Amino acid sequence: MNRVIRAFLRRLMGMIVVLLIVATLVFIIVRVTPGDPAAVMLGSDATPEDIAQLREKMGLNAPLIVQYGQFMAGLLRGDLGQSIFLDQSVGQALLSRAEPTFFLTLFSILIATVIALPVGILSAVRRGSGFDQLVVTVTMVAASVPSFWLGLILIQVFAVQLGWFPASGYGGPDTPFLYRLTHLVLPAVTLGIVNSALITRFTRAAMLDVLGDDYVRTARAKGASERRVVLKHAFRNAMVPIITVIGLSVAMLVAGAVVTETVFGLPGVGNLVVSAVLRRDYPVIQGALLVVAAIYVLINFIVDMLYVAADPRVRI
Amino acid sequence: MNARQHAVLKAGTSQSPVLEVEKLTTSFRTSAGWRPVIRDISFHVDIGETVAIVGESGSGKSVTALSAMRLLPRDRARVEGRIMLEGRDLLTLGEAEMRSIRGGRIGMIFQEPMTSLNPVFTIGNQLAEALVLHRDLSWSAAEAEALRLMDRVRIPAAKSRLHEYPHKFSGGMRQRVMIAMALACRPKLLIADEPTTALDVTIQAEILHLIRELQREQDMAVLFITHDMGVVAEVADRTVVMFRGDMVETGATDVLFAQPAKPYTRMLLASIPQLGTMGASRGPRRFPEVDPATGVPGEGREMPPARAAGAPVVEVSNLSIRFNLPHGRVHAVEDVSFSIMPGETLALVGESGCGKSTTGRAIMRLQDPSAGSISIGGRDIAHMKARDLRGLRRSAQMIFQDPFASLNPRITVGSAIAEPMLVHGVREKRAIRDRVTELLEQVGLSPDMVSRYPHEFSGGQRQRISIARALALEPQLIVADEAVSALDVSVKAQVSNLLMDLQAEKGLAYLFISHDMSVVERISHRVAVMYFGEIVEIGPRAAVFGNPRHPYTRRLISAVPIPDPARRGTRIPAPASEEARSPIRPLDYVAPKRRYQEVSPGHLVQLA
Repeated sequence: MNRVIRAFLRRLMGMIVVLLIVATLVFIIVRVTPGDPAAVMLGSDATPEDIAQLREKMGLNAPLIVQYGQFMAGLLRGDLGQSIFLDQSVGQALLSRAEPTFFLTLFSILIATVIALPVGILSAVRRGSGFDQLVVTVTMVAASVPSFWLGLILIQVFAVQLGWFPASGYGGPDTPFLYRLTHLVLPAVTLGIVNSALITRFTRAAMLDVLGDDYVRTARAKGASERRVVLKHAFRNAMVPIITVIGLSVAMLVAGAVVTETVFGLPGVGNLVVSAVLRRDYPVIQGALLVVAAIYVLINFIVDMLYVAADPRVRI
Repeated sequence: MNARQHAVLKAGTSQSPVLEVEKLTTSFRTSAGWRPVIRDISFHVDIGETVAIVGESGSGKSVTALSAMRLLPRDRARVEGRIMLEGRDLLTLGEAEMRSIRGGRIGMIFQEPMTSLNPVFTIGNQLAEALVLHRDLSWSAAEAEALRLMDRVRIPAAKSRLHEYPHKFSGGMRQRVMIAMALACRPKLLIADEPTTALDVTIQAEILHLIRELQREQDMAVLFITHDMGVVAEVADRTVVMFRGDMVETGATDVLFAQPAKPYTRMLLASIPQLGTMGASRGPRRFPEVDPATGVPGEGREMPPARAAGAPVVEVSNLSIRFNLPHGRVHAVEDVSFSIMPGETLALVGESGCGKSTTGRAIMRLQDPSAGSISIGGRDIAHMKARDLRGLRRSAQMIFQDPFASLNPRITVGSAIAEPMLVHGVREKRAIRDRVTELLEQVGLSPDMVSRYPHEFSGGQRQRISIARALALEPQLIVADEAVSALDVSVKAQVSNLLMDLQAEKGLAYLFISHDMSVVERISHRVAVMYFGEIVEIGPRAAVFGNPRHPYTRRLISAVPIPDPARRGTRIPAPASEEARSPIRPLDYVAPKRRYQEVSPGHLVQLA
């Protein structure tokens, strides 16, 4: 356990450093954006007095180093600033939109993994069989299908024709939690199917790789059943590449939220980013950038920790 | 009572053999239908007896073992005949019954201890699993029993190592774990498939000794698969010789060695590199050429001595190579000095991890030295800049151990041989083509093979191609890193002879890095013995082999199996295996300055 804890602490330190660098980059990007953010925000009708007032309010008149200090100090307090257009702090705005994004990502990756692992393992064990060939073909097609197209088809069938699930939108905060989640069924199935294709292919390849290894032969020579050979001895060794691709899928899901939430009309973080960009709500864009980057770093951290747990030889 | 008498007595009292294989034929599915890879194999193994199956690669000896365990993939392999284990035909059993046989009645160990254990489970877990699968034990009871098993195969500090993972164990220790696992349920038969081939000779001696002891303790039958006639002589009561899927000959081991009936057996016996067959010769000596039709060996010609006067081709002085780790430093090579004259072979011998390959790589500057100097043709290359190293590549070339991995599979052998010449721009295009033809002929290959790809060649042919490539730039020095170690015995002798012929013809200097003492004795003018990064003994070959002075040199020589069944069981390995000794030292460690004693001209021994 000692090894795991040490790796954990070392990576945690690294993660904090990366986040500080990301925050600095975000700060710089917003400052080097051409033009006066205050003027851009207020539009062409603004008077110089209005602009000067906003600049003062936004703290843009202070020296850069002071602004940077204030920005970082704010971050440490968890203060991401104030939205220009919403009557909310950036933190509140993000938090109020987090629920659909979080659950959509979670359900999508769960569906993808639940499909991909058994199918990929079975496909590898029965290499060359009809089942295997079917899996190889179907996953290739599924990986090439754009998620919005599959989403539209599912809406057409299950929402419009059968009326089983809502076609778009999300319940308000006062509706029951389960009712809100029903809005996520179709988008999660869509993303789950599309992502399962890639994970299936990786699982199959990783399993094929380890099934030929010497220790698998040793396990058979011990008298272990095929089930035990495959699920205990082979699968544990195939986990590192599988964890990698699942981590990548989660990262892509978070980044893809901008598109997904637009297609399904979900009021999530992606949706917030789109409207913030359209309205030049710089503090919100800045905050969202930071949060997404932080999630990316966190996913990588979790993936690294899972490597350590899955393979005793991994050192970080 | 020795093992054989014991076996004879046992065989006399019991009725049926443990394993009886009758007319075993195994076929593999190919695109052209079922192709038999072993044909009509019949033999038996009695209680307490050891039977060896010996043969070169492709002889089908491993397929025989895997057929008996029914471990070949069912959709791609077909096994016919009868395999009787204690009166039951294994080929008619259901899969569930077969599982209770595997690990329960038959234990099996494999060639590759480094990869045969599952890297993500602890040793204790893997040992306990073998018990839980066959015996009605709880997991915790099984782990306690696992501890006893580790003691039984003499793994030191078993208790603390039970919860460690395989990567913390050395090759020899892993093979002990494999043996413990195979014997966990006290099987009637142990199948050992080249169990010591990947191990150093001193470790090999210990493992063979261990198997013999355990066999005696529990009256087990052993089926021992090997390519090494020395090991056969050491372990086997009876021997089965296989060649390309057929059983050539079978009989009691001493009879087979004394009066081999078939030419192939004679050839196999004649081409074994053997220690102590050099007679009075001072220089290297070719391996005797064996007539394949009769199996009768010719006379091995003695090769000329190295040039005594003039400048050495390579001179290594006080070479040290160290690798820094977070909490220490590996002293891979420590204060090593030697030189090689034109036309001379210096053998660098030692066991894995002793720093011999690292030294070879430093001479090629594939590894940067930490201290010391290396001069080739009078120029110090130890601190040469990358740009100037191109010149070095023309005067020194390297041949690697693995002829399968060191040739690019997508490049024809002609292009592979021509490449060094093109890179260095030493000849016109047309002249290069002629030179490739010439080189192929020199290494004993046909010039019309020039447009073939590496996979179309056998291991020995590929090593010849590597030699041709190394010769392309007419180097003065060739570093041969285990260049013949992976080859079958007969091929090993041929390629060694080729190296000696080329040396005599061109005056090449060789640094011959090898763990194989019997080949080294044949091929080298001088020998340097390395141990934990240091040269402990160096001198003329006849002096080092004839009068080894350092205890490690003695241990190394005495651990080499001798292909003489009469000496079987007489040698008990020196117990002090120093596997635990580590070349990792604290960062502030300063290696002591070693002193050497000259016991005879040019024969230096490190003083303790």
